[in-house]
Amino acid sequence: MNDFWIILVGALVACSCSVVGCFLVIRKIAMVGDAISHSVLPGIVLAFLWSGSRESILILMGAALLGLVTVFLIQLFQNSGVQGDAAIGVVFTSLFTIGVLLVSLYTQQIDFDLDHVLYGEIAYTPWHTMTIAGMDMGPRAVWIVGGSFFINIVLVFVFFKQFKICSFDAALAAAMGIPVMFFHYLLMSLVSVTTVAAFDSVGAILVVGMLIIPAATAYSLTDQLHRMIIISMVMGILSSVVGYYVATALDASISGCMVCVAALFFTLAFLFSPSHGLISRIWRRKVSFKSI
Amino acid sequence: MPNVLKVEDFTIAYHKKPVIESVSFEVPEGKLIGIIGPNGAGKSTLIKGILELVPRISGKVTIQGKSYRAMRKSVGYVPQRESVDWDFPTNALDVVMMGRYGHLGWLKRPGKAEKQKALECLEKVGMAEYANRQISQLSGGQQQRIFLARALAQEADLYFMDEPFVGVDAATEKAIIQLLMELKKNGKTVLVVHHDLSTVKEYFDWTLLLNKEIIQVGRTEEVFTPEYLQKTYGGKLAILSDSQSGLLIN
Repeated sequence: MNDFWIILVGALVACSCSVVGCFLVIRKIAMVGDAISHSVLPGIVLAFLWSGSRESILILMGAALLGLVTVFLIQLFQNSGVQGDAAIGVVFTSLFTIGVLLVSLYTQQIDFDLDHVLYGEIAYTPWHTMTIAGMDMGPRAVWIVGGSFFINIVLVFVFFKQFKICSFDAALAAAMGIPVMFFHYLLMSLVSVTTVAAFDSVGAILVVGMLIIPAATAYSLTDQLHRMIIISMVMGILSSVVGYYVATALDASISGCMVCVAALFFTLAFLFSPSHGLISRIWRRKVSFKSI
Repeated sequence: MPNVLKVEDFTIAYHKKPVIESVSFEVPEGKLIGIIGPNGAGKSTLIKGILELVPRISGKVTIQGKSYRAMRKSVGYVPQRESVDWDFPTNALDVVMMGRYGHLGWLKRPGKAEKQKALECLEKVGMAEYANRQISQLSGGQQQRIFLARALAQEADLYFMDEPFVGVDAATEKAIIQLLMELKKNGKTVLVVHHDLSTVKEYFDWTLLLNKEIIQVGRTEEVFTPEYLQKTYGGKLAILSDSQSGLLIN
């Protein structure tokens, strides 16, 4: 049963991350996801200090808020002439270290483990169960990550056309009266919440990996955005299943193996994709060269 | 003839440096209007300002007597082709359907009617057979036609087009101008940011000469003269007049 829970949590993380990750990839802001996943730390710590609880929904909200602050600051610096990726680098490292300082200054005496926040271990998820009114509801992570997956899929489904046109042609979207900035910040909030919801249970590596790698794999396998999201989720689920059994066989880190398998799928797609793959491109070039 | 677009005292600045200053003009209905001026004259900015894509410092825009926000659905926009990522995972039909999004409201999803409309518009620009083609596989001219089809799908009365002729082949340019003439014939008004001075007289009924401010606006034969062009381009233009008053840019 524990195998099932761990794979389920991995798959839910992968699906939840895929839905928003695809938009990060097509908007060429994949690194913003990485940045957000680090810079939410001060939000988590402040919410924890304020509420005194790690379980609280406040932690999620604090993190989401910091996610928005991150995006806002990155944009502010970029608009003021700082190089695009330098702005990302400055903002997330600064916020992250503020978080680290807050932890070391104020949470020494309390049960707050930085390792746990950043490198939560998916192997333990089956034992962190949730009880509601005395009833065992199963692993907490399933509910939290499942909840964030549910929110992501519903919002992206309902506002698919807005998310799509804002990603492809923001100017036309704005001219049509679609609130481009609102959807930008909505997406970024989803990225923040997704990241933090998964963080605590499965650790940063798995989250950051699943946010980008399956989406990047799917990007090279299809020409349609909705298919890209579906393929990305399938790739993520496969990575979780295969990664889990590889980890058991090797007795290695489960999150690490899941991300490695995802990376392996990416490499295969990069090389062998019929439409975008390296080999088919070289082949086509050869054929067109011969025909000349 | 009623004026479809009225711009009053329009000023836009980037980082406190004015890009266009106190621009005022009016445009009559059913005309093809060329917006002409040197690089950095603020041609694109003027369009973006009217469409509220960039903030203005001052000025008022009225479209058929109402504000832009009230008239959004009857305004179409073709941005510069390079402004979007053509590697985006989507096909030609899907891009044209985006032209209908403004009419769909918050929650309605594009359906059969939108698809039908998009196919008709693709047909009009001669791209029906490319409907399911991934957009990155299209040539520059084909991509521009897709953008035009998307604007047609907007079913607007007033169109703004930002350099629709840049990077397209001669055949596409001809196809596009024919389409614009047809729009005009149906009573639509089209404002086009344009670079090629040699075709201005042939294409446009009206010309707006812009260099940070309005130099001159009016019927092309009255406005498109060596004197006003010299003023617009500030001596950067060598005008070789011959019997057909052909023009060359230096």
